Amino acid sequence: MAKSWKMPKWFYQLGSPRWFYDISSRLLPWFAVAAVLLLVLGAAWGLAFAPPDYQQGNSFRIIYIHVPAAVLAQSCYMLMAVAGAISLIWKMKVADMVAKSCAPIGATIAILALATGAIWGKPTWGAWWVWDARLTSMLILLFLYIGVYTLHSAIDNEVNAGQAGAVLSLVGLVNIPIIKYSVEWWNTLHQPATFTITEKPKMVPEMWVPLLVMVIGFYCFFAVALMLRTRTEILQREKRSSWVQQLVEGK
Amino acid sequence: MTNSTTSDLGLGAVFWITLKRDLLLAFRRRNDLVSPLVFFLMVATLFPLGVSPEPKFLSEVAAGVVWVAALLSTLLSMDGLFRTDFDDGSLEQMLLSPQPLALLVVAKICAHWMISGLPLTIMSPLLAVMLFLPDGAMGALVVTLLIGTPTLSLIGAIGAGLTVGLRKGGVLITLLVLPLYIPVLIFGTGAVQAAASGLPINGYLAILGAILALGVVLAPIAVAAALRISVSN
Repeated sequence: MAKSWKMPKWFYQLGSPRWFYDISSRLLPWFAVAAVLLLVLGAAWGLAFAPPDYQQGNSFRIIYIHVPAAVLAQSCYMLMAVAGAISLIWKMKVADMVAKSCAPIGATIAILALATGAIWGKPTWGAWWVWDARLTSMLILLFLYIGVYTLHSAIDNEVNAGQAGAVLSLVGLVNIPIIKYSVEWWNTLHQPATFTITEKPKMVPEMWVPLLVMVIGFYCFFAVALMLRTRTEILQREKRSSWVQQLVEGK
Repeated sequence: MTNSTTSDLGLGAVFWITLKRDLLLAFRRRNDLVSPLVFFLMVATLFPLGVSPEPKFLSEVAAGVVWVAALLSTLLSMDGLFRTDFDDGSLEQMLLSPQPLALLVVAKICAHWMISGLPLTIMSPLLAVMLFLPDGAMGALVVTLLIGTPTLSLIGAIGAGLTVGLRKGGVLITLLVLPLYIPVLIFGTGAVQAAASGLPINGYLAILGAILALGVVLAPIAVAAALRISVSN
């Protein structure tokens, strides 16, 4: 017999829809306020006060929307796949609902990243779209999101839909390293990644600090959107349980 | 057949029996065998008609056209991989059998490749000649298809497994699988174009081989999981 190894208690609590609903209603205002403050601060700072780029002038300022969206679109996929894996392995309801909520949010953010990239590409490269590796990878990421979302909506049974979506998103996770390494593999038009955790940024602090603020703001906004969707999903799926009925009846 | 005799079957024997069964079933329905190949030929015919019959232009796009046609044709035949087994209930028997499902899946995918990917690969020089592919790239085209089409079957089987329980699986499977095919397409056509301009293609072949190795190891597990989900639906 293999040694039995227990997961900590909070891990199981996380799997209870009711517990998640309670804790998220306490966290939600904090994240919402943080998201608004950071996004307003970062946008004002980046769009109005950061120095213009010596080559691209003011057109580079779209970086403050484009880069956070692109970063978030990728990490949202990671979250979706990890949540899917957790729901497959430990059969956790909340993980399943989180994974399901990730797909439409992630697809929207990927569209935002592609659209801002196209708008940025027009003055910089002279074309709305170029078949560059990173653009294509982001487009593939969008396709993967659409695939997961469509699969979810095609299967009627919620449990099976969640499991099928989890398998598909885990398979699609293979795409994430390809996005990361595509710059080195094809080495084309797109500039290399703006941010890496390990290295000192090549931009001046006046430029990258607002960018960092925007990235954190985007993550807070994502947390808010994800919690709202997951809470709605919880209410829909748990509508037969007594605590939801009490909540809806108001007392 | 009693339970003891079935579990006495070795893994190799199970693999061969499943492979032979699927090949036999495929040869009983010869029309289904031929139609993806005709589709392959027709898609490739559309390009000179739709874009330009100029030999110079065609020789540039030939690698891409042949690869895209092979990809679509594989996708077309993918939906049938588990469909008939699901309809007549033999898929459930496979799930219940004491042998590992992933192994049965590998055998089924292997049979699928032998009736779709392999004939496509054998037919590809014909299309390449029609599309004026440079002679130096002919070998590269055949070799990349030989390594690439099993990967296409493996990845496609995941989509087939996920959608087998659904009524409209055919369209959905393309949405799920096509994005996953893109790396194979990029390296496959990249190798052929490199060969056409006289460059070495070993690197491309190594990456295609690596993707195939990864697919052989991981895809059957994903397909088995997908089938269990679909059948429990």
